[in-house]
Amino acid sequence: MDLSYYPGCSLESSAKEFDHSALAVGRTLGINFIELKDWSCCGATSAHGTNHLLAAALPSRNIAIAQEIGLDLAVPCAACYGRLKRADHILRNDQCQRKELEEIADFKYSGKVNVMSLLETFSTRVDPKEITQCIKKPLEGLKAACYYGCLLVRPPEVTCFDNPENPQSMDKLIKLTGAEPVRWSYKTDCCGANLSLTSSQTVVKMVTRLLDMAEEAGAQALVTACPLCQMNLESRRGSRTNMPVFFFTELLGLAMGLNESSKWISKHIVDPLPLLRSLSLVD
Amino acid sequence: MEKLFGSQPFVEEVKLKSHQPVDLCYQCQKCASGCSLLRYADYTPNQILRLVQLGQKKKVLQSSMIWLCTGCEICGARCPNGIKMAEVMDALKEIAIAENVIKEKNIQTFNEVFLDTVKSKGRIHELSMMSVYKLKSKDLFSDIDLGLKLFLKGKMPLLGKKVKARKQIKEIFNRSLDKKRRENFDRCHV
Repeated sequence: MDLSYYPGCSLESSAKEFDHSALAVGRTLGINFIELKDWSCCGATSAHGTNHLLAAALPSRNIAIAQEIGLDLAVPCAACYGRLKRADHILRNDQCQRKELEEIADFKYSGKVNVMSLLETFSTRVDPKEITQCIKKPLEGLKAACYYGCLLVRPPEVTCFDNPENPQSMDKLIKLTGAEPVRWSYKTDCCGANLSLTSSQTVVKMVTRLLDMAEEAGAQALVTACPLCQMNLESRRGSRTNMPVFFFTELLGLAMGLNESSKWISKHIVDPLPLLRSLSLVD
Repeated sequence: MEKLFGSQPFVEEVKLKSHQPVDLCYQCQKCASGCSLLRYADYTPNQILRLVQLGQKKKVLQSSMIWLCTGCEICGARCPNGIKMAEVMDALKEIAIAENVIKEKNIQTFNEVFLDTVKSKGRIHELSMMSVYKLKSKDLFSDIDLGLKLFLKGKMPLLGKKVKARKQIKEIFNRSLDKKRRENFDRCHV
């Protein structure tokens, strides 16, 4: 299966392991992710916090590029997905605003491309049996708290994906790896997002709470699908815990026995190796 | 003493910019119950809405809450009246910027640096963007250790990739900043 792929700015730098693991797992499952040619920044939080026309126009340019290719679009970063999906929602449903955006981004909207998060892609476009068949080294004994963050499942009328209060899509994928997703109540509580860069002490408090609650639920690790969440959870924490934070594609790749998984693991700020070794999940 | 039922235009301005039915809020506080930023901000989301309804423009624009809101949308997903509070917060930020009332200056500085980078390069190059932000916010030394860790792990490339269609992106910026276009976009729901 061919799908267009919008990596977003963080996957080229601070979330490289998300990019590499996503592409590797995709390859193993027969998905060929084709990077959008000359894609540009979605605008992220800074655009929608400054100018909501710009915040819709910047992602519209990328939707226009995806339309030229004609394939559905997979977006790994939750924030990029949020912006692209919202722009697509406006273009799809609001004739008047669509006209303005088409003029600004120089294109004609066709509505033929579906915008999906990477989590949605692996949850809805791949048969779970196919994933199970690829699992060579089940992650038995690993208890993981699936942390969805905000933008994968909200606003619900835009994302139309999973349950906004108690999502299950990541839990199901993690279960397929052989690991045990724990039940906990903080799946979709905000990590502080880009307050991390301007009000880091606030984010430390928010992240510490998330880590404490994951620990209380019996988790040994957190699993995420958002670069900023993962960065915050790793680097804006009190010193109490060594709990590692994986991208869900890394756990899939580990369970699939992909050799390159050691490269992703080594890129983490909080080293997951001690935990993985203690569970005999790596050599 | 400020008028209890202040200036009508403010609530209309907020409704127009946010496209949200601000009048419908009856203070059930479901938004506040789920707000991730509640304990760190000066007003709760429902208080901000009440102040908007009562035309208390100065109080609202001078609040930290409108800046601290991360747009997590828990409020909007739960509001029984379908008010997307995060959109209201964004609209209030835009109005605050237009009136040059910026309570949380670092957040606005960060947003400006971020967007300047996108305008000139087409994508974010994290190292250069963060360096410029640190200089402008005069906060040079925090996160040096994190930056170094990321660099040593190969996650902070020294050079960023540039988009070829930078001219088109500059044009998108210029068109999106045009006052008439912004007004037309807002009036789409009137």
